[in-house]
Amino acid sequence: MLAYIVRRILYVIPTLLGVNVLVFVLFFLVNSPDDMARQALGEKNSDPVQVERWKEAHGYDVPLFWNGNASGIGRVTKTVFFTKSLSMMWGDFGKSDMTHESIGDEIVRRALPSLCVTAPIFLATLLINVFLAMLVATARGSVTDRVTQFACVVFMSISTLIYIIAGQYFFAKLLRWTPVSGYLPGLDCWKFLALPILVGVISSLGSGIRLYRTLFLEEINKDYVRTARAKGLPEWQILFLHVLKNAMIPILTNVPLQLLMLMMGNMMLENFFSIPGLGGYTITALNAQDFAIVRSMVFLGSFLYVVGLLLTDICYSLVDPRIRLG
Amino acid sequence: MVEIWNSWWFQNTLVGLLVVSGIAVVLRLRRREYWRLAYREVCRRRGAVICFFVLCLYTLVALIDSVGWRDALRDENGELMRDPRTGKVVYDRGGSALDHLLKGISSKKEKTYSSPMSRESFMLESVNRDGKVLRERPPLKHPGAHLLGTDRIGQDVFCQALKSIRTGMVIGILTTLLAVPFALLLGVASGYYGGLVDDILQYICSVLSSIPTVLFIASFMLIFGRGLPQLCLAMGIASWTGLYRLLRGETLRLREEEFVQAAVAMGVPSWRVLLRHIVPNVMHLVLITTVLRFSSEVLAEAALTYLGIGVGSDTISWGTMINDARTELTRDPIIWWKLCTAFAFMLGLVLPANIFGDAVRDALDPRLRTQ
Repeated sequence: MLAYIVRRILYVIPTLLGVNVLVFVLFFLVNSPDDMARQALGEKNSDPVQVERWKEAHGYDVPLFWNGNASGIGRVTKTVFFTKSLSMMWGDFGKSDMTHESIGDEIVRRALPSLCVTAPIFLATLLINVFLAMLVATARGSVTDRVTQFACVVFMSISTLIYIIAGQYFFAKLLRWTPVSGYLPGLDCWKFLALPILVGVISSLGSGIRLYRTLFLEEINKDYVRTARAKGLPEWQILFLHVLKNAMIPILTNVPLQLLMLMMGNMMLENFFSIPGLGGYTITALNAQDFAIVRSMVFLGSFLYVVGLLLTDICYSLVDPRIRLG
Repeated sequence: MVEIWNSWWFQNTLVGLLVVSGIAVVLRLRRREYWRLAYREVCRRRGAVICFFVLCLYTLVALIDSVGWRDALRDENGELMRDPRTGKVVYDRGGSALDHLLKGISSKKEKTYSSPMSRESFMLESVNRDGKVLRERPPLKHPGAHLLGTDRIGQDVFCQALKSIRTGMVIGILTTLLAVPFALLLGVASGYYGGLVDDILQYICSVLSSIPTVLFIASFMLIFGRGLPQLCLAMGIASWTGLYRLLRGETLRLREEEFVQAAVAMGVPSWRVLLRHIVPNVMHLVLITTVLRFSSEVLAEAALTYLGIGVGSDTISWGTMINDARTELTRDPIIWWKLCTAFAFMLGLVLPANIFGDAVRDALDPRLRTQ
């Protein structure tokens, strides 16, 4: 088991390196540092002297991959790739191209508001989906079941945009129960978070219930359930003590990955509700064409995903004793 | 090159080729018992059949909108105008066949907002009457002509919704057409050959799939600019990894089947084994995945356009309609028709696609059945 974990961790490094190179090539293929300088300085100021000065100030005056002018190890380290992209591997995200703020500090500061939105949505979705799916699985074949199935498909077919706009219109404008958007740090934030959380939960309700219902149905049709019923166990005990535990295996094994990706924030919700989280950070950077921030967020997302996959695999082997890794 | 791409006869030839190849595929599949069985399964569900007809209606509108149409210009006497140098008939700039059909309604532009089927404008204007300045609603230029109202610049909302159908269908179909051959080829090759090929492809797949989808599409659009083909390409590249993994797993399983081992033992070259034995047996997975993904791609376009990384604002789509209409709900009295129209048309495509997709999945792979 330990050997498997070590092997997987070692495999993470080439994957992250590959992501690094891919993102670097993608960004610098079309936009050379000269283009970036001209874009940042604007049309009026783009004479060659100003462009050179901008590039020097931002560290783009060295070549992209290979510096023939430097000596020894400097040939590799005094390049844009090493200082800007590879440095992300050990946590140095550098400075933003537009505002010169440290990106790493900003990420740490914005992580908490993102989590305040995504973590309650995750928990609430998990609980509600499990509960409703269990109820529906017990009533399979009946009219309730078919109506719920149809309702789930309808819920699934409505875009998140519509949920957000409708939620803002009904709850914030008509009923005035919550503010339309905004965020306050500290304990006051709950009244700003109520609507985003509600919208987030409802928009993922349809597909969640369908998925969990399938998992529960698979379990309920197994032999051990029939044996338990024959032995006289009450139905609720069978469901909650036996079926739930076994059906949750595929669900719980995805939890580490989902937990880690929570940090990236939900871009749509943060944009509509003006929550200063990592998702909103990414969108602002995209609109401002600040490549340094976008590169950092892409790398952060990849890092969280790869680590989350590793934790998922470990969790899978812990939860299901039939699986032995390594 | 761009002139040929945008030219009238090239676009129409492409659409014709697409339709002909679609019909050819259906005729070819009718000979196989497996697909006939699946067809009968799907037909047994009335809901799925109704949804299929709704989808056909949308496809018809999208096709009509894809066919180019040019009107020959006529002068005042009704005679065809001809180019004085070459003598050939002169055409106008042209649009699609749908533009031509809707010309009656879409050319009737108003000044600004108006509610559905109304006779007067929505906005108040200052009118000078008998020396007094009154605020009242002026009558429309074409009262009662606009079925679903007009938007801020006076364009008919119903026409816009009809034209958005093509954008939605193109996104769903083109993304699939870009992603599927790639994923099919690589997945089957990876599963069949194994070894170094498999390792390299798996590495590429894990690198691409670890980049968050929205960020990848956003970066792509940031670099290559906004537009419909770029969006389809970005969504295609971001989504082929799921199908690749599925096909690779299925190929690994099929490789050990007796008929494949018999073919290899008889000396059939590996490319023929792949083409004649493995690929036809994984096509059901391809079909299920593409049909189920169609609806989520259409929905994703709306969200991406809002975030600013979808189609450009010059292309009409439901995403741009919702984007424009978003702030209209804040007015008092509210302007609801553009948002509700976009929502209704989008739901009318995605919901039947989902229901039909479920029926197709249940018919093709009973193990995945949710009933």
